[in-house]
Amino acid sequence: MSLPTVTRRDFLKVGAAGASALAAAGLGFDVALAESTKVKQQLRIAGAKELHSVCPYCAVGCSLVAYTRQKSDGSVQLLQIEGDPDSPVNEGRLCPKGATAMQLAVSPRRVESPQYRAPGATGWKSVSWDFVLDKIAQNVKSSRDATFVTTDGNGNTVNRTEGIAFAGGAAFSSEEGYFATKLMRSLGLVHLEQQARV
Amino acid sequence: MTNHWRDIKNADLILINGANPAEAHPVGFQWFMRAKLDRGAKIIHADPRFTRTSAVADMYLRIRTGSDVAYFGGLINHVLQNNLFHDEYVRNYTNASFLVKDGYAFTDGLFSGYSASARSYNIASWSYDTDPATTFANRDMTLQNPRSVFQLMKAHYARYTPEMVSSITGIPVADFNKVADMVGQMGKPDKVMTIVYAVGLTHHTTGGQLIRSGAVLQLLLGNMGRPGGGMNAERGHANIQGNTDHAISWEILPGYLKIPAPGQKTIADYVAQSAPKKSDKNSWNFFGTNYSKFMVSTLKAWYGDAAKKDNEFAFNFVPKPAGNASWMTIYDQALKGKMEGLMLSGMTAASIGPDSNQVRQALAKLKWLVIMDALPTTSSEFWHAPGVDASQVQTEVFMLPATHWIEKEGSFVNSGRWSQWKDQVLPPQGQARHDHWILADLFQRVKTLYKTQGGKFPDPIMSLTFDYKDPLKPDLDEIAKEINGKDLSTGKQMTTFANLKDDGTTTTGDWIYTGSYLDTGNLMKRRQGIQDPHTNDPTGMGFYPNWSWSWPLNRRVMYNRASADLNGKAWDAARPGITWNGSKWVGDVPDYPATMDPHDPNAYLPFIMNGEGVGRLFSNGMVDGPFPEHYEPVESPVQNPLHPTNSASPVAFLYDKAAGRPDRFGTAKDFPYIATSYRLTEHEHYVTQHVPHLVQLQPKPFVEIPQELASEKGIKSGDQVRVSSKRGKVEVLALVTKRLGPMTVAGQKVYQIGIPIHWGYVGLSADSDPSHGRYWLANALTPFVGDANARTPEFKAFLVNLEKI
Repeated sequence: MSLPTVTRRDFLKVGAAGASALAAAGLGFDVALAESTKVKQQLRIAGAKELHSVCPYCAVGCSLVAYTRQKSDGSVQLLQIEGDPDSPVNEGRLCPKGATAMQLAVSPRRVESPQYRAPGATGWKSVSWDFVLDKIAQNVKSSRDATFVTTDGNGNTVNRTEGIAFAGGAAFSSEEGYFATKLMRSLGLVHLEQQARV
Repeated sequence: MTNHWRDIKNADLILINGANPAEAHPVGFQWFMRAKLDRGAKIIHADPRFTRTSAVADMYLRIRTGSDVAYFGGLINHVLQNNLFHDEYVRNYTNASFLVKDGYAFTDGLFSGYSASARSYNIASWSYDTDPATTFANRDMTLQNPRSVFQLMKAHYARYTPEMVSSITGIPVADFNKVADMVGQMGKPDKVMTIVYAVGLTHHTTGGQLIRSGAVLQLLLGNMGRPGGGMNAERGHANIQGNTDHAISWEILPGYLKIPAPGQKTIADYVAQSAPKKSDKNSWNFFGTNYSKFMVSTLKAWYGDAAKKDNEFAFNFVPKPAGNASWMTIYDQALKGKMEGLMLSGMTAASIGPDSNQVRQALAKLKWLVIMDALPTTSSEFWHAPGVDASQVQTEVFMLPATHWIEKEGSFVNSGRWSQWKDQVLPPQGQARHDHWILADLFQRVKTLYKTQGGKFPDPIMSLTFDYKDPLKPDLDEIAKEINGKDLSTGKQMTTFANLKDDGTTTTGDWIYTGSYLDTGNLMKRRQGIQDPHTNDPTGMGFYPNWSWSWPLNRRVMYNRASADLNGKAWDAARPGITWNGSKWVGDVPDYPATMDPHDPNAYLPFIMNGEGVGRLFSNGMVDGPFPEHYEPVESPVQNPLHPTNSASPVAFLYDKAAGRPDRFGTAKDFPYIATSYRLTEHEHYVTQHVPHLVQLQPKPFVEIPQELASEKGIKSGDQVRVSSKRGKVEVLALVTKRLGPMTVAGQKVYQIGIPIHWGYVGLSADSDPSHGRYWLANALTPFVGDANARTPEFKAFLVNLEKI
């Protein structure tokens, strides 16, 4: 016994050649339905830009094909995300999370602008990027200077910032992660962590 | 993973422990099914809960959570007692023949060198008997010397009889014996087994040793380094692998170089204390030999012209931690009032735990908290969570809208170490900014403050290289090139880490990624996949060498010299990793010098990354024992049947105790049930609480309760129940199930309860609930303790009580 080895790519090829009846029957699909789904999908992505991504959830690393179209107002619309049939990892397949990745990508629940909550305040305040970045920069400098240890009790040069921690990054591109490490270590941070342990 | 997802199809036997790939990694699971359906491989699933993975397994074993060292120990014992190990491999490719010096001992649950007051071991006695002239280890190739690793190991595991394994794990003896028979066959050279695991193994106070016990078994069976074999960790986030490699982790620098320690003044001091040391004349010790080159090249990448030979390449710019600075330590320090600020990106402290209620107290003790995320999290909202009086929380909180993965390019590295490049598909939504642009901008502002105001040791901040076209908006492409590194004398990209130097003429951001981005282009973008298997998978083994790029050096199976025998012939001709063709090694990218003749008496041993040159059955790289030993979880309903007086790990790190806070561990008297936590297919941690389709599929938090226990308590599916530990509670729906059931452990009947982790007070589910998810955080229950080696929390085994509300 073996799994069906017909990939989506092959399936579409066979369908396009008009000789799908046998192959498709073997898969248990309704041929007419498959055919009409194909036509509908083609209409939806006709003329769209085809780009490649990777699923943002677990670490199987399923490749995605994303289709976008530029609208008349210049904005870019995400039309569809599907499994990449060329990938030796997922061969076009996606799980429920990957298959709904569009709802993560474009969401009315996104935080649209920087938010600030002062000590003791009972609500958020929408603020500018300059406002938050200036304030955080001052906090970083002040906490760094207040908790920086140049030499430890044994007279060793240690040059470490004890009072600031950075954690995260499992959703970073690798290059962002590297960049974060480089910057945080240069600020003297020793408390540096991501999801590997938790 | 030592191997990779597609490679699992090459296995004859698949052991799955502490994982549920059919539900947590469903698309990766197709390769398990390929092995089963195409080559008749068997799947054995040991898990507290019968899952969809169990449903297609050939054997399902209901195992008590946290007892897998006993399970693997029993298998090790079976293989040793019945001479089922792979003889040639064990003699030549492991340290079985190495002699251990006098003084090493194991008595009543304690290894030699224990200090009860320090709760730690002095590991000096866990070392080899060496020849003073060469400093190399003495060996006995007959494996008969009573001080050989082989004989010590045999004695150590003799206690793990099937009856003892059954008593500890709850697995019936007959079932265990069946598994032992199947596993015992895998030591034959033409057979190969893979072990697949996930956080169900790591999230214990014995987490490190749980993994090691599997690795020891794989070495005995000769399955490390082979296609279809290995120890394969399924990682749970899209790029947890890449960001571990690049060292967002307190104890390492990029490429798993150790973080320097106080007292080290020079590169030479650092290397002497960090790098592996050669312990056999035929060991290459590649990592140890090149350690200084990797370190100096990274310092050159970071500090450019400021890193010079006469200042030890700016070695004093790198911070040297006083001690552990990992996840729980951050909150422990905050509770002590020593942590002022915390930046979180794509990671929510309040949910991810352990001990969420204590962590939320810690967040309230910070002066400032920065959240960089695309969506609100339980950390960004902790100060006005249900039941919290916001006016009393003095933490200043910043929520910075960050871009999603699809709004930026860059690579994601999967569990199999394949670094796959992605395009920027969409422009940022709203005012969202890329995380690295936020950090670049913030860093430049801090730098300006130091320039204008002065301050503590500004040198590393002033000298840090920022060779990007726009220093406020670096391209990820530019950073990818920097990570690969270059030859400063020619300006060309490095092609291999073998050419890195420690004289300041080469750079690398992360040596294990050298070779990923050449002058000819970015190899992580390669897309020659299954559209043409004949061309793109020339060996037919599923390596697909021109699909993306795999570290190190595009190697698809690590330690692959061990896939061939002493003469360089594949152990199984049908499944070669690399083979010697008379003049060079062919197949996968060799984990070995490409033209080193295996018949040369000076040929290197197969494992080039450690000092021994062979796999370590006995290791002094762990702080809780050179051989894995079963210890009970910190909260357990039974005493350890092996050594009741030393029941739990004697070196597990008890944060509250160490800090002088009250001990908050429950006992079976008040909290009689074992609980474990896990994921569901439809959610990933907490971010999917914002995805409507997924919330529709799994709308409400619940706990899984075994049918027999539910009957005793009068609980039906859909009832509201309270699950409480000594630290907190959840109030959620009951799901009564046969997937869990009673077990007999150490002569006692015990129940296990299952708790999915995904809910909290933020998201679509919480928004639609009258309580707003007030008691939905699964990690409100979990203990604030860590594995002695990695300080990984014990999320997967703790005690609770259960009540119908």
